[in-house]
Parts: sequence; structure tokens; C-alpha cells
Amino acid sequence: MKLTLKIWRQKNVDAKGAFVRYPVDDVDPEMSMLECLDVLNETLILKGEEPVAFEHDCREGICGSCGFMINGEAHGPEKATTTCQLTMRHFKDGDELTLEPWRAKAFVFVKDLVVNRRAFDHIIEAGGYVSVSTGQAPDGNTILVGKEVADTSMDAAACIGCGACVAACPNASAALFTGAKITHLGTLPQGEPERERRALGMVAQMNAEEFGSCTNIGECSAACPKEIPLEVIANMNRDYVCASFRRRDDLPTPVTPGS
Amino acid sequence: MSNAGVLPQPASPVTFWQSTNGKKIVMAVTGCIMFLFVTGHMLGNLQIYDGPARLNAYGHLLHSLGEILWIIRGVMALTIILHFTATIQLALATNRARPVGYSRKESINSSYASRTMYWSGPIVLAFVIFHLLHFTVGAIHPHAQFVEGDVYGNVVAGFQVWYVSVWYIIAVSLLGLHLSHGISSMFQSVGLAHPRISPLLKFAANAIAAVIVLGYISIPISVLLGIVK
Ligand code: SF4
Ligand code: FES
Repeated sequence: MKLTLKIWRQKNVDAKGAFVRYPVDDVDPEMSMLECLDVLNETLILKGEEPVAFEHDCREGICGSCGFMINGEAHGPEKATTTCQLTMRHFKDGDELTLEPWRAKAFVFVKDLVVNRRAFDHIIEAGGYVSVSTGQAPDGNTILVGKEVADTSMDAAACIGCGACVAACPNASAALFTGAKITHLGTLPQGEPERERRALGMVAQMNAEEFGSCTNIGECSAACPKEIPLEVIANMNRDYVCASFRRRDDLPTPVTPGS
Repeated sequence: MSNAGVLPQPASPVTFWQSTNGKKIVMAVTGCIMFLFVTGHMLGNLQIYDGPARLNAYGHLLHSLGEILWIIRGVMALTIILHFTATIQLALATNRARPVGYSRKESINSSYASRTMYWSGPIVLAFVIFHLLHFTVGAIHPHAQFVEGDVYGNVVAGFQVWYVSVWYIIAVSLLGLHLSHGISSMFQSVGLAHPRISPLLKFAANAIAAVIVLGYISIPISVLLGIVK
């Protein structure tokens, strides 16, 4: 099948960017979106042009490296699918696909379809851990975890940190990501000791990174390849209210976004 | 060699009000107060169908509250100011959060109401100011005499002016749109969500908003149709 890829080309953050149209004639319907770009890049390299930069790693939908906007939707039109898992059979012969990087101030532009998502790392650093005692491995059944609690936590833990939620949000808010991390650790008994500091720390860092505010509209959850539910945002807010009150004299300090 | 460039530099702590989450919680609480007010106000207004005596007595009762009335007015003014300030600050922060927009962006899940909160809110606020000048102060009262204390007469005379009624109906409809998102959104903002209850809440929010709109606009419509005169 034949496709036209309209791709955002920009050398670096200071350069001026623009869309460039590339016809790709030999697209196999079973190719993934990234393989389609591989094919295009081969031809660009042969022609001596600069290949299109995009991020990828596992190509199995589990690492969270890949992702860009495809026709105005983060990770493209398929539900619960990362860009690397999106096969071209979902498009029709002759379609034009608009590929654009995630756009948010907190995601510093790097090149073409690549942005720097270190803001997410800062949020994780601000509270994405649990304390464990060293020494002998504890017995597996020492701490009992209810099925519902385990499920909630595991569902939230499915977040791969791809950034589609921020990209899809009209406010460029990172509430779904931060909520997923807070829910993942905070609902488990193992995460209980740091629960309040985690909520305060991660929320403070999320704000320091200048993500937008959440208006509870749900675009994030719909774009999320792991279908993280909106409840995680409520969990974040609930932990945040309680922690803000109990630890009002002990607010954690975020790090400056640029560092 | 300096490592200042690679080591994380501490910024200042983010207080409750400085955080977007904190502001949203303030918006949820103030929104809830305004929602309760709007509901109570509508129930009060519907007494118009019981005739002039009943409605005027109700107006009298409110005025006889004296200081309490002023306390309620003060709380409402503060509520509006907080809700409004938080909105402005969040809107500015949101604008900063995406300096370069998309050439193409689809909305795949959000409701129309939720995406237009920034529009419906200010229009409703403008309406509230007009409405106070219209029926409470009596400063703007086109084509009719404002009679202090004659609530019933003022309402009927006011709504007989067709464009006043049209403006009222539009503004109240926008209020309904605002509430259809707001009523469920406030629970989410303060952290109350449940996988089974939240979808029901969304439905209930739409239903409650519809009831409020119908309750309010029935009055100008009845006046224009001559049912209430
Ligand atoms: S919440 Fe979903 S969309 Fe957001 S980073 Fe995690 S996996 Fe990606
Ligand atoms: S490349 Fe790993 S999720 Fe797509």
C-alpha cells in the first residue's frame, strides 16, 4: 500500500521546524508504524538525506520509549496500543498520516519526533520508591495484600511512562502519569510509610516541571496505551489533600526542572 | 570542576495554593458551594407558580434575615472570587505548559462541556453581575419600573422584555453545561472516585444539570407565554 507521511522535521530546539511530506510506496500492511519509518529512513539515507529521528527500544509495547502524535492522536487511532505496536493495516491505501512530536513545555524538544521526558524521571525521583529493610529476605506472606488492592496497584503499575497522557491532554497535564505512580506504590502496605511524602513530593515536582493543571476531562486515559484509569488522579488528589494537611509544616523541596 | 550543571538544584517548596492540585481542590469546594446556592435559589424561584403573595413573602423573609443575609452574600462573594482567581491562574499556567501547539489535535474522549469550561464560566459570571443589577439592585431594568419588594412584579415585568428572557435562557443553559462537568469533576478533584460509582456520578451530574436548567428557564418561558402574569 501507498502512504504519505507528513512528518515534523526540526534539527534541534533552536532551529525552525516544518512539516515535510514523504511518499512511501511499499508499505506492508503488517508493518508497524516504526517499521514504516525505518523503510522511509533507508530511502532517505540512500538519497544522502538526514533520516527522521524517533525514539524506540523494545518495539513490544512495554518500554515506553516510542510515541508521537499520529493524525492528532497520541500513539495513533488504535485503543491501548503504543506507536511501535500500531500496524499499518489500520490505515487505508493512499492515506496521509501527520506525525508530530509530543508538545509540552516540560518535554524539551530534541529532534524531529524526539522529546526529552526527563521531567518524568524527576517526578519518579521525588517519591517513586519504597523503603525495605536489609538483611534476610522476608517471608513472602508476612504482609498480606488484598486482591482488590493488588489489582489497583498492578493496574497503575502498568504505566510505561511514555508521555502520551501529557501529549493528549489539552492542558499538557501530567496528572495521569503522576497519579499512576502514586497509586501504584501508595495503595500497597509496602508503600504506606512514605505515602504522604510521596504525594507531596511528586505533586510538587510535577508542578515545578510546569505541567498544566488537570481539568478532569479524560483525554489522557483514552490515549494511554496501558489504559490507566482516571481514578488514579483522584487517588493522587486524595493523598495530596491529606498529606498537605498533616505535613503542612514539612513540605518537600522539588528540584529545578532544568537540572 | 564544578558539578553544578549536573547535580539537581533544589527549588522552593510548592505550597497548597501554588500547586495546581491545591487550586483545583479550592475550585471544587467553591464550586460545590455555588452549586448548592444555585439549587436553593432555583427552589426559591419556583414559588412563583404559587402566586405573588407566596413569592413576595419569600423575598421578604430573605430580606428580614438582616445580618445573616449579608454573611451569606459575603461568603458567596468570597467563593466567586476564589473560584475565579484559581481559574485565571490555572488558565495562565496551562497556556505556559504548551507554548507550541499541535497542527492537528483530535478530542477522543472528553465531553463538549468539559472542554468549554473556560468559556461557559466567564459568561455565567457576566450574567450573574447583570442579574444582580437587574433583580437585586434594580439598576438595570429595561422597559419597566423596578418596585423594591415586589419580587413577583419585577420578575414578570423583567421577563416580558424578550431579549432579557433570551439572554437569561442562554446564560442558564451555559450554567447547566458548566455544571454537567463541574458536578462530577469536583468529586474527582478532591479525590473521591470509584470505578463503579464514578460513571453513575457522570450520569447523575448531567441529569441534575438538566433539572436545574429546566427549573430556571421555565420561569421566563412561562412569562413570555403568558402563563405567569
Ligand atoms: S499514564 Fe499511560 S499515557 Fe501516561 S505515561 Fe503512563 S502509560 Fe503513558
Ligand atoms: S518501543 Fe518500547 S513501547 Fe514502543
